[in-house]
Amino acid sequence: MSDHDHNHNDDERGPSRRKVLECMTWAGTGVLWTITGGVPHSLGLVESANAAEPAGMTFLQISDSHVGFDKPANPNALGTLEEAINKINAMPKKPSFMIHTGDITHLSKAAEFDNADRIISQAKLDVHYVPGEHDFLDEEIKFYKERYGKGTKGPGYYSFDANGVHFVGLVNVVDLKAGGLGNLGAEQLAWLADDLKGKSKSTPVVVFAHIPLWTVYPEWGWGTEDGGRALEMLKGFGSVTVLNGHIHQVMQKVEGAVTFHTARSTAFPQPAPGTAPSPGPMKVEDAKLRSMLGIASINFKQNDQKLAIIDTPLAG
Amino acid sequence: MTETALRSRYSRRLAFGLVMAAAMLLQLGSARAHAQELKVTIDNFTFSPVEVKVKVGDTVTWTNHDDIPHTVVSAGKFRSKTMDTDNTFSFTFTSAGDYKYFCSLHPHMTGMIKVE
Repeated sequence: MSDHDHNHNDDERGPSRRKVLECMTWAGTGVLWTITGGVPHSLGLVESANAAEPAGMTFLQISDSHVGFDKPANPNALGTLEEAINKINAMPKKPSFMIHTGDITHLSKAAEFDNADRIISQAKLDVHYVPGEHDFLDEEIKFYKERYGKGTKGPGYYSFDANGVHFVGLVNVVDLKAGGLGNLGAEQLAWLADDLKGKSKSTPVVVFAHIPLWTVYPEWGWGTEDGGRALEMLKGFGSVTVLNGHIHQVMQKVEGAVTFHTARSTAFPQPAPGTAPSPGPMKVEDAKLRSMLGIASINFKQNDQKLAIIDTPLAG
Repeated sequence: MTETALRSRYSRRLAFGLVMAAAMLLQLGSARAHAQELKVTIDNFTFSPVEVKVKVGDTVTWTNHDDIPHTVVSAGKFRSKTMDTDNTFSFTFTSAGDYKYFCSLHPHMTGMIKVE
């Protein structure tokens, strides 16, 4: 089955760390993940989960819309973004808000930003963005900041609270160094340390950024040089969820109290690490494309460390 | 025609000839350096050839064949605009040295131009 793309990286740093999620059975449009004390359970298919109307706060993650992309891997990236938004509009329970983990556009053109906004706004949800490297390609690097930079620091990092959960949006796509990976930089790390100071360790924290904060595959640049320093600051928090995009496929792992998750793209899939000569767009049969694009919905249950992530492809 | 006029015409011809010779020499000079155009292609997130040796005055042109945009950046030396599919960027090297460069979007992509 095409969806067996979960990461099986073992954590080698100690036996006390909990092991990685196993791939779960995929059927229909997706699988509901729930984690209790680091142990994953499958609660069933998306349809039955939706029918059960999850209690608590639900929010959505979409990623890598690449509006403007028109190459063979998906000649109509705007169209598949619209399909994703339609999917969201059809959800039985309206999510509280949405986060977008970057690469809104393909080439940072004003028209691409405008088109993306025209479609995404149809969900009628608050959207919290972080930029991907494709959103900073305009000459003056101003289009993203003009649209989404209000109230953010530096290149666009910020935090907010919702339903007792602390959300932190980080930017790891600027000042990249030759030969290196994603980069947060000293200034942002200092801000993060300050932002987390005084937060109760029982506060659930959700950190989101474009490039994975954990090292997925350095050969393709899939990781963040100083991501470990950010994760160090999150040690001791009882529930930490790290949401990323960039790699256009679902990967998940659990390490202690930290759940790492990457979302599918709404535009085109990319190959699993090392399975192709490069991480470039993967051309799949037209009939298969929509099973490899999608959205993620995340459910927090208050006073309960349970967290559920549902990845829903655009089509089964 | 007076002698003076003849001499003057002669010297003008000589001057013209000298200018022509100098111009030809200059041309010859630049031809001798035979400034070359070298090509680096980007396929599958890789610069190829990854290292190029050139002479001062040579021009290197990068062409992006990927479906994903790339850049070519050598800190403090040159910086391309974002190159979409089939876009190119050219740079003429006017001084010797090693120019390490990378793609600022995908920094694991690196290359080297050695200029002698």
